[in-house]
Amino acid sequence: MTDIRFSGYGGQGVIRMGLIIGKALSLYDNKYATMTQSFGPEARGSACSSQLVVSEDRVLYPYIITPEILVSMSQEAYDKYEPELKDNSIMITDNDLVKLKPLKRKIKIYSVPATRFAEELGNRIIANLVMIGFFASITKIASQDSIKKALPGLVPDRFLNLNIKAFDKGFEYGLKFLKKESNKKP
Amino acid sequence: MKKVKADPKGVLTGSHYMDGDFALAEGGLAAGCRFFGGYPITPSTETAERFSERIPMVGGVFIQMEDELASIISMIGAVWGGKKAMTVTSGPGFSLMMENIGLAAITETPLVIANVQRGGPSTGLPTLPGQQDMMQARWGSHGDYNIIALSPDSPQECFDLTIKAFNLSEIYRVPVFIMTDECIGHMHEKVVIPPAEEIEVVERKWYTGPKDKYLPFKLDKDGIPFMVKAGDGYRFHITGLTHDERGYPLLNSKAQDIKVRHIVDKINDNADKIIILEEEDIDGADIVVISYGITSRVAFRAVQTARKAGIKVGTIRLITVWPFPEKLINKLAKKVKAFVFPEINYGQMVREVERSSAGQTKVFPVHHCGGGVHNPDDIFKVIKEAAK
Amino acid sequence: MKKEEQNDARNPIEGLLRMDRMPHIWCPGCGIGTVVTSFAEAVKKNNEDLNKLTVVSGIGCTGRVAGYVKLDSFHTTHGRAIPFATGLKLANPDIKVVVFSGDGDLAGIGGNHLIHAARRNMDILVICVNNFNYAMTGGQVAATTPKGANASTAPYGNFENAFSLPYLVDAAGATYVARWTCLHLRRVTKSIQEALNHRGFSFIEVITPCVTLYARRNRLGDGLNLLKYYYDNSEIQHGADTKTLDIDYQGKLIVGKFIDKEKPTFLDAMDTHLNEVIGDDYQLYGRLNDD
Repeated sequence: MTDIRFSGYGGQGVIRMGLIIGKALSLYDNKYATMTQSFGPEARGSACSSQLVVSEDRVLYPYIITPEILVSMSQEAYDKYEPELKDNSIMITDNDLVKLKPLKRKIKIYSVPATRFAEELGNRIIANLVMIGFFASITKIASQDSIKKALPGLVPDRFLNLNIKAFDKGFEYGLKFLKKESNKKP
Repeated sequence: MKKVKADPKGVLTGSHYMDGDFALAEGGLAAGCRFFGGYPITPSTETAERFSERIPMVGGVFIQMEDELASIISMIGAVWGGKKAMTVTSGPGFSLMMENIGLAAITETPLVIANVQRGGPSTGLPTLPGQQDMMQARWGSHGDYNIIALSPDSPQECFDLTIKAFNLSEIYRVPVFIMTDECIGHMHEKVVIPPAEEIEVVERKWYTGPKDKYLPFKLDKDGIPFMVKAGDGYRFHITGLTHDERGYPLLNSKAQDIKVRHIVDKINDNADKIIILEEEDIDGADIVVISYGITSRVAFRAVQTARKAGIKVGTIRLITVWPFPEKLINKLAKKVKAFVFPEINYGQMVREVERSSAGQTKVFPVHHCGGGVHNPDDIFKVIKEAAK
Repeated sequence: MKKEEQNDARNPIEGLLRMDRMPHIWCPGCGIGTVVTSFAEAVKKNNEDLNKLTVVSGIGCTGRVAGYVKLDSFHTTHGRAIPFATGLKLANPDIKVVVFSGDGDLAGIGGNHLIHAARRNMDILVICVNNFNYAMTGGQVAATTPKGANASTAPYGNFENAFSLPYLVDAAGATYVARWTCLHLRRVTKSIQEALNHRGFSFIEVITPCVTLYARRNRLGDGLNLLKYYYDNSEIQHGADTKTLDIDYQGKLIVGKFIDKEKPTFLDAMDTHLNEVIGDDYQLYGRLNDD
């Protein structure tokens, strides 16, 4: 079982990130994936998040308790949710938007300038797809194909190709990141 | 009872990643619901939104009424106009609907209301779950009457049970409630919608005899009267006053006795056919954990822990919550050490367990006053204590 | 003796009444019966298909109308006749739906539904029998009780402002609005005839005497005295500005047809709009194509 939290501020599409990964896993990767999200005023600004519980068996407890993976796309969300992480968990951030605090635990950190990449592709609104691409190559929790299959219906039809491009950009960056990391190892 | 295949226009066959609220709407459309009179209220609004988006392509009407009083009675009007109708609401709106739930009960009007429960009382916790309207669902309107209530544990069951709710409402001519909650309403999971030809839909019990012989409340062999709709030349009368077979007001205790017993007993007498539940490892169990809705999922996690700790635990998941399976609980009460009943309220359905047990065994409620789901450890602790 | 006379007098409209439910519950001198007679006349003159005509009532003295007309008829809950009628009409657009109820039911407890049905131009006819008080429960003050009048819950006289119903529904969007007293039998009949043929939200207010409660409490005499008051004080002003229609206690009663205009009904608007926006995928629902 893997507990994942996607976080950021309202309007960045962090709920959509949970939906895309959840749909990819449960419809195309044969996993159980239960997504819940923050509702109310916080979903329309300030720190908001979607939570995904991924499992080989049916998910019983629907909420995440301690996330193994935290994706943060804003400083506020990072500050709010980072303390939940335990040792050996994974932290993924947009490094232009999140300034990391000194680490006290063994947390693996992966960063991508998702918003900047999205702007380079023409629209910062697709930063979440860059992030999903990066997330996919780093965590390998959901397959690249499944995620792409999950996109129609969750992103506007006319922007489907742009979203796929954003995904690919993040995915490739992730692969490079991993390669660099493995090169660093003695 | 006439069963037909679902009208394919309303059936969105395929696998979807969908929340419980959307699944309620899809279940309604698949069941043949073609009228939705609604009023927005968190956390149920998404059902109304989904309906308003989908209904134009299915051939029906969505109308956002001015309040919940209007939304329920517009449904009653729509049903007597010949449509199947549903609405969705949450605690405050459910409270506003109560009077006309009584009208639906006494006029034996089939309709479906989903209550996506939030924490209460009053405005309470609009965006957080509760199971605090369970007794209100059964007893909320004044006078004696009966209803059926189902409780889904997932978005998939929101779909499945909405179809079931429509079918039961048509079979017994009774309001049927889907008592879900914010957690399931807003939870996304895989929902599989089968092809239309695999979905069985119960048709309204239409009267077909001679027009001048029609009596709106004359019981058929199965104890349920036939229905007609306005505009077909029956020129019938329906009233919320106590009435006779003709539907004419008859205001005396004898007519009242016949009416009340009928609308209450038609459900009680058929309880065995209506009740659906899931049992697991009941035989030889020391402790039986009873639960419904989202709490049953959380409770199963506690049960797994308890079994690992060597406690013999069985489970009952109530899918039909009203009528309550009192016979089964009474029988089990003779055998088990205790019942444990977690629910997201300060003690509601557990009263039914106590009543049904009639003092033959101990009953341990596990309270959660709303705003979240139980921590499985809290349930486990009570199981442990009950097993002592 | 009286009963027989009444039955004889109503013979011409017998086909429209549930004679097996007579005698009715209304008091001698009450005006509701005359409004029902006007309705029956209008239905007959219009040659309405009785199988396609439906009456919905709420609760109260006028609420009992649904129980006496031999049509598909629904006696609903207090204040909710209009939203019931809305659901009925939308479910079965082929039928004509008439809401027959009182001022307390429609403008008091049901006031919100009244303005919203008018706003939507829901294709129903609302006949509001206004007797200035809650009669069924014993003469309590209502949203229509004129200032200064006495009522059982305004024992020192009413100090609240009253609704002017034609003004209210006009402002909310009604497309046919008339007011009469039950003295104007033929005019009421004609208005009902017109309104039955009008597409959209029609509202006819008929001022009637409540002899047993309102009149007795205010020492206004019997039914005849009240009809005399209507005769002396009503003034027909077709097309009058609905702002000018306030009713003072025992004051002037401006009556007439004030509004009669065309506007798309809820269903027409829905069909036109969705057809335009959605196109071929839209399943036509209302009556857009049938005339």
